[in-house]
Amino acid sequence: MARLNVNPTRMVLTNLKKRLRTARRGHKLLKDKRDELMKKFLGIVKENRKERQIVEKMMSDVYSRFIMARALMSDTHLEEALIFPKQKITLKASSKNIMSVEVPVFEFSTEGQTGDDIFPYGFATTSGELDGAMMALQKVTPHLLKLAELEKTAQLMADEIEKTRRRVNALEYVMIPNLEETIKYIVMKLDENERGNLTRLMKVKDMMLEEAHHYKERMAQQP
Amino acid sequence: MHKIAVMGDKDSILGFKAIGFDIYPTNNKNEAASTLHSLADDGYALIYITENSASEIMDEISKYRNRYFPAIILIPGSTGSLGIGMKFVKESIEKAVGADILAQDD
Repeated sequence: MARLNVNPTRMVLTNLKKRLRTARRGHKLLKDKRDELMKKFLGIVKENRKERQIVEKMMSDVYSRFIMARALMSDTHLEEALIFPKQKITLKASSKNIMSVEVPVFEFSTEGQTGDDIFPYGFATTSGELDGAMMALQKVTPHLLKLAELEKTAQLMADEIEKTRRRVNALEYVMIPNLEETIKYIVMKLDENERGNLTRLMKVKDMMLEEAHHYKERMAQQP
Repeated sequence: MHKIAVMGDKDSILGFKAIGFDIYPTNNKNEAASTLHSLADDGYALIYITENSASEIMDEISKYRNRYFPAIILIPGSTGSLGIGMKFVKESIEKAVGADILAQDD
């Protein structure tokens, strides 16, 4: 791991220690966030799959009914029958916060509808198959909206999880080891300086004592 | 109030008109891409697009993937499901987890 390019001083050491503490704390929090997001995400994505399977099955049913209707009616008649909708769907999109990820919530309400009468056409010129198709389509609508909500949520959460995971990894494998190594380096350097200083002082003391008492000469004079 | 749009070939999406969605028939790639962008700018919160049309403009769709709005949802077209919608779900899982850990469920 690369050591940060800093001066080995006490002040830098204190700052680095502070940064390491923050990094460790951030790492722990992000890791918790990632785990919780993942837990929620898996639940949502499971539902998403189920809903999509339902929608795809129902849609193929709708299409096969429509194909029958189209076969029995002319294109112009079919278009004419469907061109002016009787009901209007209003969508209210609000947002929900899952672990600080903003996800949409879709609520819809239908307007201008009286009971189960959803057919925007008279029955004289249309075939019965079209009625069936319309009813099937009406039934699939809530599922479509639910699917939209789940799928968008899953996409947004997947993105957030990826981001969080990158951050966790960057902290765990780059930031924290770098800081640790740099701190170790500074501590070693300071210790080394301290030892150097100590030996220097001892040496100086020796030299001063020698100067004052001339031990060496006295040793030489003794028999 | 937000609006819902349905894009795709006319045959597939005609029925949605009757239940109150706005339909935008598209016939080719360029048309689909420009329609998608104008719908997104126009304040549609929800855009359904048939897999057939979607498969031509994947790049454009993925631009909106991480945006809050609009939600672009793939639905099977009249030719049946192509499995692209399910692939999107799979991609989300792979992105988040690293592998599709739910693959054995179906």
